[in-house]
Amino acid sequence: MAARAEPFAYRLWRYDGAPGELIPLLQSAQDHFGYIPRRAIKYISEVTRIPESTIYGVITFYSQFRLQPMGKHVVRVCDGTACHVSGAKMLIDTVQDELGIEVGDTTEDGLFTLFTVACLGCCSLAPVMMLNDETHGRLTAAAVRKLLRAYRRREAQQTTVPAAAGVPDSRG
Amino acid sequence: MKKLVVGMGTCGLSAGARQVYEKVAELVRLHPDDAELQITGCIGMCYREPLVEVREGGRRIIYGDVTPERAEEIFTRHIIGSEVIDEYVAYRLDPDGTPGGTELEFMVPQQRIVLRNCGTIDPESLAEYEEAGGYQGARQALGEMTPEGIIEQIKASGLRGRGGAGFPTGLKWSFAAKNPGTIKYVVCNADEGDPGAFMDRSVLEGDPHAVLEGMVICARAIGARYGYIYCRAEYPLAIKRLTIALEAARKRGCLGEDIFGTGFDFDIKIKQGAGAFVCGEETALFASIEGERGMPRIRPPFPAEKGLWQKPTNNNNVETYANVPWIIVQGAQAYADYGTEKSRGTKVFALAGKVLRGGLAEVPMGTTIHDLVYKIGGGIKEGREFKAVQMGGPSGGCIPRELSDTPVDFESIPQTGAIMGSGGMVVLDDSTCMVEMARFFLDFTQKESCGKCTFCRIGTLRMLEILERITKGEGQAEDVERLGQLANQIKEASLCGLGQTAPNPVLTTLKYYGHEYEAHIHEHVCPAKSCEALVDFFIDADKCVGCTLCAKNCPVDAIAGKPKEVHIIDNEKCVKCSRCITSCNYGAVYKN
Ligand SMILES: Cc1cc2nc3c(=O)[nH]c(=O)nc-3n(C[C@H](O)[C@H](O)[C@H](O)COP(=O)(O)O)c2cc1C
Ligand code: FES
Repeated sequence: MAARAEPFAYRLWRYDGAPGELIPLLQSAQDHFGYIPRRAIKYISEVTRIPESTIYGVITFYSQFRLQPMGKHVVRVCDGTACHVSGAKMLIDTVQDELGIEVGDTTEDGLFTLFTVACLGCCSLAPVMMLNDETHGRLTAAAVRKLLRAYRRREAQQTTVPAAAGVPDSRG
Repeated sequence: MKKLVVGMGTCGLSAGARQVYEKVAELVRLHPDDAELQITGCIGMCYREPLVEVREGGRRIIYGDVTPERAEEIFTRHIIGSEVIDEYVAYRLDPDGTPGGTELEFMVPQQRIVLRNCGTIDPESLAEYEEAGGYQGARQALGEMTPEGIIEQIKASGLRGRGGAGFPTGLKWSFAAKNPGTIKYVVCNADEGDPGAFMDRSVLEGDPHAVLEGMVICARAIGARYGYIYCRAEYPLAIKRLTIALEAARKRGCLGEDIFGTGFDFDIKIKQGAGAFVCGEETALFASIEGERGMPRIRPPFPAEKGLWQKPTNNNNVETYANVPWIIVQGAQAYADYGTEKSRGTKVFALAGKVLRGGLAEVPMGTTIHDLVYKIGGGIKEGREFKAVQMGGPSGGCIPRELSDTPVDFESIPQTGAIMGSGGMVVLDDSTCMVEMARFFLDFTQKESCGKCTFCRIGTLRMLEILERITKGEGQAEDVERLGQLANQIKEASLCGLGQTAPNPVLTTLKYYGHEYEAHIHEHVCPAKSCEALVDFFIDADKCVGCTLCAKNCPVDAIAGKPKEVHIIDNEKCVKCSRCITSCNYGAVYKN
């Protein structure tokens, strides 16, 4: 994302002891690795001289930071007030059922991770869910299944394309 | 030449504006002499998104519910054929200012000050902002006005903070200005944590320069050199537009060193939140900017004395800052002419939930709940009955239908037990269970409690446990009394606003919907037929097509039926997992 587009290594290198850099460093580590691995905590601690335990404390305070790798696609179902009264539970149940995982988990094939969030700021189109960086509104159970299956299909195609080369497919 | 404007706020995008934009872009490439393409933010009519506007010679025609196919039709008939397609027009403004279209009731009662440019200008273009009068206020403030003069103007306008507490903005600025420190900060709270509120997002996405300009004026008034915008991570588009705006403003000399050649220096950094509701509380927000766990600090000292990095700091909400340039240019009196005696000006409300027209509406303070829900909001969806509005998010409460004549302002709303909050209004209908609503909010505050003080950390958990058992039909006779007791203790003893207000949703629902609590506890009935443990599941024979999906998905074989025949649920066997509801493509399964 724009505000922290600089790569992690560059940010670490550029660190000049300015205060308040810890969270942006963690954010860029997470952008780089997809989560915050043990070694990233170590690098940050060495450069900033902030104890690893303090860094760990900051990481666990904020819900954005992950200590485990996430799936390739991140599903965030909104469970804010407006979505809650407009069927968020039905959406969450549907995604759990479709992917076979609970909230907070990642599918075995590493494709999807499911989270809930409290409001995506799109309340007038409730119920809402975010798939990676895209927000989808006015969802129904059927629409969610369709959306997730389209992603699944695309992934399957990408991995089988070499084997099935030459088989024309109308879907891009 | 005609201008084609596509609404590209988050709401538009999630309704499919990207596909529409791509279609329109392709058509404009094919016919470059017929139309120019532009993007804009959210105009507030989220319920009609995606929106496409055709502008020509001062006339604006806004089409609603546009699909790529409809966009093509609009292009052929309106852009090329110059024919207005009346049946698709959501709103129109003729050059003489006469409005029209199907959404008159939504648009006409509004007074757009904060949203003056949202949905009109291209938020990624500084030139358009300036053309609309942008940075005039800052030029005036940095040019002929003294810092005292600016603060006097803001005081006289009666502007009060839009972040929730409604503290008089001019007075707040005067505190920070009076402090002798050489280093001071201007902070903008763009954390917008209340679920159900999205006005700050819309302003940031639709008119980012208005916020920057407000901050520049504030910096001049209090004598600050640096500013921060703390924006929540869930708003990637807002962060992107802010970043673009900052760069453009620096290049143009509206920000940075020697602004407008006046010798005044001020620059702004964006800090991205990391997902913690409590960071909306200003002292926790400072801790988070400083790179720490976002835990609130004890006040006093107040931010005006010791805020960010222990320096004098002024913190305001996005909407508060967006008002400022308008007040400087139009004058304090023009602003004070709107609203009520103690709550001046206008307020943006985010209408969501079961209301027919969900979106953003800016109206003078003191407009009644009834007018917002019925006139602007168009009443309740699916012809159901209006039950309550939830205001103020997790710190607020539910205001019942009987009190719909309450004017919405900083004096009247707290009398109902709710709070103004940031302006989110979630409309509830008769299918919403108020006990479950209270449980939902306690679940939220309990998770978001930072853990620093015991009353909030443990007290909210105890309340949540009680509410959970009530919604499961396992409530005990003394539970209502226990809730009341806990609520008062948590209110009294918590450190910050999060804990002090966390019991409000429970207190207001107990006050107005005590009978629902009683029904759950004593009769094991959920009057709104919402709590799963207390209802049975049924299949609507008129909607069921016999696709067998529900039966296949049922984990306990509680659904019987042959293919192409209506299915039936055996409620003796049913474990109420809701998988039949989520698997049905026809919406045939319901609870009763
Ligand atoms: C738990 C909690 C959450 C808050 N969240 C926000 C928020 O998301 N946005 C906001 O502007 N103010 C929020 N506030 C209020 C701020 O502490 C502060 O009063 C406000 O930003 C001041 O700006 P104003 O004077 O312009 O209203 C919150 C307060 C509390 C106690
Ligand atoms: S409540 Fe879901 S987007 Fe706001």
